[in-house]
Amino acid sequence: MSEFLLPVDDDPLTQPFWEACARGELRMQRFTASGRYCWPPRPMDPVSRTLEYEWVPVSGLGTVWSVAIPHPPLLPAYTDFAPYNVVVVQLDEDPALRMVGNVVAAADAPLDSVDPHSVEIGQRVRAVFSPVGDMFLPRWVPVDA
Amino acid sequence: MTNPGSDVTPLKDRTAIVGIGQTRFGKGLEDSELSLACQAISAALDDCGIAPSEVDGLASYTLEPFREVEVARSVGLGDITWFSQVGYGGGAGCGVVTQAAMAVATGQAEVVVAWRARKRASKASRPWANVAQRIEDNGQWSRPWGLLRPVDEIAILTRRYMHEYGATRDHLANVALAFRKHANNNPNATMYERTLSREEYMNGRWISEPLCLFDNCLETDGALAAVVVSAERAKDLRQVPAYIHAGAQGIPPQHNTMTNYFNDDPLMGPSWAAAKGLWRYADLGPADVKVAQLYDAFSPLIPLSLEGYGFCARGEGAAFTEDGALEWPNGRLPTNTAGGGMSEAYVHGFNLVLEGVRQIRGTSPNQVAGADVSLVTSGEGVPTSALLLRK
Repeated sequence: MSEFLLPVDDDPLTQPFWEACARGELRMQRFTASGRYCWPPRPMDPVSRTLEYEWVPVSGLGTVWSVAIPHPPLLPAYTDFAPYNVVVVQLDEDPALRMVGNVVAAADAPLDSVDPHSVEIGQRVRAVFSPVGDMFLPRWVPVDA
Repeated sequence: MTNPGSDVTPLKDRTAIVGIGQTRFGKGLEDSELSLACQAISAALDDCGIAPSEVDGLASYTLEPFREVEVARSVGLGDITWFSQVGYGGGAGCGVVTQAAMAVATGQAEVVVAWRARKRASKASRPWANVAQRIEDNGQWSRPWGLLRPVDEIAILTRRYMHEYGATRDHLANVALAFRKHANNNPNATMYERTLSREEYMNGRWISEPLCLFDNCLETDGALAAVVVSAERAKDLRQVPAYIHAGAQGIPPQHNTMTNYFNDDPLMGPSWAAAKGLWRYADLGPADVKVAQLYDAFSPLIPLSLEGYGFCARGEGAAFTEDGALEWPNGRLPTNTAGGGMSEAYVHGFNLVLEGVRQIRGTSPNQVAGADVSLVTSGEGVPTSALLLRK
């Protein structure tokens, strides 16, 4: 396999998220009854046990919660860029909203476009949307403090 | 730590592990997993002197690549009246044994065999390298960004743990070096003849920063099995019984297996949930434990487990490893005394169960004096389980 892994794009639960990413918007699942954000998405609100939710736009701003730097052996597509950074970003809207991503220099910049050792816990970042295969993956660019 | 209601539990001390058996550990063993399982089960039955025809219960991991009926046919088992499997890979081991104990304690079966057989030493068998390009399961929220392997997933938690509590690579080295020393006394261990120094550890190549090669478990081919019967029956058998004082499984709220980042407190992992169930009905507490086998797919799981099972306070797990605390014979909690997953063998933690039993029997390669209470745990970071054995 020489390509990046991708999520399924035809699951009704997650499709609205990916469609928003393709439009350059970060949206989060928010349950109507409790107002609770949930990530990853799920069918039922764990607070109210109701099923109604919407995908609401969020600021796209967050803070690096942790970072790992993978080295080979890796899948071939990723080996080409290793060592690269993988971050978990905590969104400003809710501290329990954490997304896995990468810090990159720009939306269309490669996975190794920033020095992985320059990425730090506490660093402020903003969502961008990187074209990968036929989808757009949310990644993160540094924000000046 | 005595629980006033503890005499009402139907599990406590009602069953025992009376037979253990294993194959040799290796890389690229020719035998199939099925054959390895049959060999380990056969050895465990011989160990306690129970005939295959008496076995009426089977407990195993969902990840076994063959079905129970094939084992039953090969080993020559009789009527099976109870069988069960536990999921989540390395989290299953103690749960498999706990379920076997529950089956015996409730009369669903009289002789239960529990086992794990695994061939993972060859490069072609690494499951993370064989994923579909379109991911349907929870991996869809992590793998596309290059968080590909279990070590990458745990590296994220490790970096955060270091950041919050001031843990260092020296603490992780304490873990790796202790288990290697134990393996150097265990002729069955993969790393029996290979010592490890702190300098070698510090110079080890990165796998996923902040984790290096020596923070990772081995990949091993092999199988292990254990036989569980009632406490009454155990008294008449040839081995010292390892009584199952308590056993528990655990999934904390909002848990996500391996990528446990999406909840209020990711550093409070499944160990905490399993510990709650383990100590609830036990007459014993962490201070009574003389020797521990803590699941060690990666070195940082040890400080996380030490905290979860109550050997120290939150955030103190790394500091607990200082001054040789994990090392036999003088450490305050000799841990993974056969070498563990990092230096004996990685068979999804079932080798930890057998070493927990050997400590009670008095037959460990690094025998702890007066080891009358022995804790075994399964995978931290995934839905997990734990066992408390006593003499």
